[in-house]
Amino acid sequence: MKYSYFPGCTLKTKAQELEKYALSSAKELGFELEEQMEWQCCGAVYPLATDEIATKLSSVRTLASAKEKGEKLVTLCSACHHVIKRVNEDMRTDESIRNKVNNYLNLSEDYKGEVEVIHYLEVLRDEIGFDQLEKLVKNPLNKRKIGAYYGCLLLRPNQVMSFDDPENPSTIEQFIKALGGEPVKYPYRTECCGGYLSLDKKDMATGMASNILSSASKHEIDEIVTACPLCKYNLEISETKNGVTISYFTELLAEALGLK
Amino acid sequence: MARIGVFVCWCGSNIAGIVDVKEVAKEAAKMPGVVLSTDYQYMCSEIGQNLFKNAIKEQKLDRVVVAACSPRMHEATFRKAAESVGLNPYLVEIANIREHCSWVHKNKVEATEKAIALVRAAVAKATLNQELIAGEIGIEKRALVIGGGIAGIQTALDIADAGYTVDIIEKTPSIGGKMAQIDKTFPTLDCSACILTPKMVDASMHPNINIHTYSEVEKVSGYVGNFEVTINKKARSVIMEKCSGCGVCIEKCPSKKTKSEFEEGLINRKAIYTPFPQAVPNVPVIDREACIKFKTGKCGICKKVCTAEAIDFEQENTKIVQKYGVIIVSTGYDLMDLDRFGEYAYGEDPDVITSLEFERLTNAAGPTSGKLLRPSNHKKPEKVVFIQCVGSRDNTCRGKTYCSKICCMYTAKHAMLIKEKYPDIEVHVFYIDIRTPGKNFDEFQRRAVEYYGVNYIKGMVGKVFPDGEKLIVSGVDTLIGETIEIDADLVVLAVATKAKDDAEELGRKLSISTDTNNFFTEAHPKLRPVETHSAGIYLAGACQGPKDIPETVAQASAAASKAIILLSKSKLVNNPCVAEVDEALCCGCLECTNICPYEAISSKTIEIREHGKIVKKLVSEVNEALCQGCGGCTVTCRPSAIDLNGFSNKQILAEVDALCF
Amino acid sequence: MIRVKMSTNNRKKEIDRVLGISGENIKLCMQCGKCSASCPSSSNMDILPHQIIRLFQVGNYEKVLNSQTIWNCASCFTCGSRCPRNIDITKLMEAVRVTVVRNKGESRINIKELPEKINDKMPHQVIVSAFRKYNK
Repeated sequence: MKYSYFPGCTLKTKAQELEKYALSSAKELGFELEEQMEWQCCGAVYPLATDEIATKLSSVRTLASAKEKGEKLVTLCSACHHVIKRVNEDMRTDESIRNKVNNYLNLSEDYKGEVEVIHYLEVLRDEIGFDQLEKLVKNPLNKRKIGAYYGCLLLRPNQVMSFDDPENPSTIEQFIKALGGEPVKYPYRTECCGGYLSLDKKDMATGMASNILSSASKHEIDEIVTACPLCKYNLEISETKNGVTISYFTELLAEALGLK
Repeated sequence: MARIGVFVCWCGSNIAGIVDVKEVAKEAAKMPGVVLSTDYQYMCSEIGQNLFKNAIKEQKLDRVVVAACSPRMHEATFRKAAESVGLNPYLVEIANIREHCSWVHKNKVEATEKAIALVRAAVAKATLNQELIAGEIGIEKRALVIGGGIAGIQTALDIADAGYTVDIIEKTPSIGGKMAQIDKTFPTLDCSACILTPKMVDASMHPNINIHTYSEVEKVSGYVGNFEVTINKKARSVIMEKCSGCGVCIEKCPSKKTKSEFEEGLINRKAIYTPFPQAVPNVPVIDREACIKFKTGKCGICKKVCTAEAIDFEQENTKIVQKYGVIIVSTGYDLMDLDRFGEYAYGEDPDVITSLEFERLTNAAGPTSGKLLRPSNHKKPEKVVFIQCVGSRDNTCRGKTYCSKICCMYTAKHAMLIKEKYPDIEVHVFYIDIRTPGKNFDEFQRRAVEYYGVNYIKGMVGKVFPDGEKLIVSGVDTLIGETIEIDADLVVLAVATKAKDDAEELGRKLSISTDTNNFFTEAHPKLRPVETHSAGIYLAGACQGPKDIPETVAQASAAASKAIILLSKSKLVNNPCVAEVDEALCCGCLECTNICPYEAISSKTIEIREHGKIVKKLVSEVNEALCQGCGGCTVTCRPSAIDLNGFSNKQILAEVDALCF
Repeated sequence: MIRVKMSTNNRKKEIDRVLGISGENIKLCMQCGKCSASCPSSSNMDILPHQIIRLFQVGNYEKVLNSQTIWNCASCFTCGSRCPRNIDITKLMEAVRVTVVRNKGESRINIKELPEKINDKMPHQVIVSAFRKYNK
């Protein structure tokens, strides 16, 4: 099974582990992520103002390119996934945006939101299945207590993202279980880490991230897995006293598949 | 030559404000057959009706057209008026120039043109109207009440006291409904079981009432006065006539793995059980899916210990077919599922409970004998937080748009019950608004604040974070403008009420409609709140919309009175606008029998004379009592052998012709 | 506290323009406060999210534009996903921010101060996102 793959800037620079292990695991699991030719930065945030069009264009170019190949578009970074999926939904449902964008881009064929945008975890959950994944595990994780950290952008708004129940998700927990770990739920696993506040208002972000870390450590979690480079950064800079390690879910996957 | 009279109503300014009624009357006077055309402000008033009646007499009118509001409003009024002066009521035709014209258009010129066209069509149809005589149907003097909660019990008692036989059917093993689960009722704080059980016993002892518990409606056919209902009595596995209600079987049953529905899942029950001690009938039921004997073939202890030999593992479901004159639906409500409201941690932490679970905790007959104990560690809570509007007043796909009506009152009741027994417990209530519209209701809620010191916080809760032994409730006080946090021991959610999940299915069996929230639809929200659009079927209680006990009892008695009106008649006049078969044209294809939604058409064999011989021919036959005059058969019939009296093919075509030319 | 002259026309033009950019109908808000209760950044705000909406409902434009709140919002979408009236408050916050920074000289991050704020480990995402939210 082949998918078009959009990495995004951060995966090629500061978050290379996220990508490296994703690609090697994909090969092991039997699917291929074909990196798109000529992709650009998705913009990092989904433009919420209804009168912004230019800021959505790069996502549309990515989507149109995936449409040409006739493949589903897979993303790894929660933030890129959020931006591209929401722009796709706009192109599918909002006529005025669709017309303006198509008029500007002048593609060989108008783009109408036909591509399906899925996250790597959705490939594992829906296309391969966690049961199948469990069978392919070579190095089960020895019932290690691992907590999932979802963050915001993967789950909300639920009407568009449709990834899992935004208040009580279970995808990453099932993932951890399939790999042989012991998933531990803790109440702060869907709370915001502070996001972009950590640039200019570092204290606010570390305040929010600390709540997450102390909640995890109260539940005896030593390890947190996440899907977003920004969440990982915010959690790491706030981690001073709890002794919790933070890693990408792909690192865990690679470890369980014996690739690390 | 027809002598048609046209009466154009102003309806005050409802019609006359948009339609030039004088112009319509003027144009109508020119239409073929019209000998009188006049207008008046309020045709339905006494003066208007007298004008109508006198005109018929003096002008010797043989057809009349009233251009006014919808026939649903006043067709019956004008038919009665016509009949009173000797004109057959089915020679009256209504042109709807209000709902179909003045109420939906703004342009006066166009609206007037349309009104004239509508009148022209009505005149063309009226010309072909025939005198029709309504038939009579008998009434079965028996009522069926579906649902044995307080609404069903009250309705049954009223109808039975009036002298008619009533059957109550109830899905669960005992009557009583939600009221049996409640501890105390607002605003009097009466013990719920104490006021309910006497009524339950009255119902079971009443000579005119038959109770069928553990039973469901399987099929309904027929029509008002003559419903035929098939009831499925599920096998209790206990012979009711032999059982003495001693309860030894329940004591000895080894299977205790099923969550008790009555106790809202707080504790388990046995496989053989009665839902609660005051159950009526006091005869247990075996839950075959939990029973070890039925699952594995081993056990059977209950049968061994039963001294009355009442256990019967071979017992089967039985079906009863019964005729009824009226049906009352009183199936009640449930609380919404909370699976889309994960932020409240219901299901994640045992100390987050629903209001109905709280009722069981404070109830002296409940799982903790009335002591307020935390489900997690059975210790007394120090701080209790109530959260109102969980799922109510919610426009998103997660919740219900309506206000559930009872929660503000029962939350105040819960808060006061705690404070009365345990004055040292801190009680907080998060609310959006406080709604206390009934008699003594506002005083009741204010007592919680002013006398008992319950902390009412105007604001919602964002999320409940379980933290060790505590629950951190993260909310906001909108009046001060501060976010707040409470370390609670127990959180009680006032969950939105919802209609029963099988309401839509029951509605289909009865041919009554449900609204977008699955509550049954009343015939008119203001003036006909207990009737449905299906004659002979009435509604009582929370199945029609969220309501508290005083309103439910009032509505139950109202439904009973409507039922009694019908049952007290010796006969019912039926609708003569029914289908009729021209046997000479009928080819016997019987397509009409397939299409009729009321199963009103069957076939028969007749003998006709053809080419000097007597031959047998298959033709369709319409049961006039079942036919509702929908006209579906007239469309299906290829040789046009079946036609609808009062709405014949010729009449419809005449209307179309009048509109087009 | 002075008595405010209440009118449904207070700053109507400016407020309608902001609301147009947000695409949200604030008449739907019943002031239940669920957004404020859910906001993870509420402790950093001088005016709570539900109060921001109320201020707009009564035409107090200045107070909203001058608040700290709009800059301390993390755009986490929790408020909108829990709002029982389906109002996306995140879009409203963005519309107010955008209304401010689109004016000349109103950008909130000074490029000269940037080198002190960034470090080697910081992912590009943070810098790009922050610039998109705070600057023109």
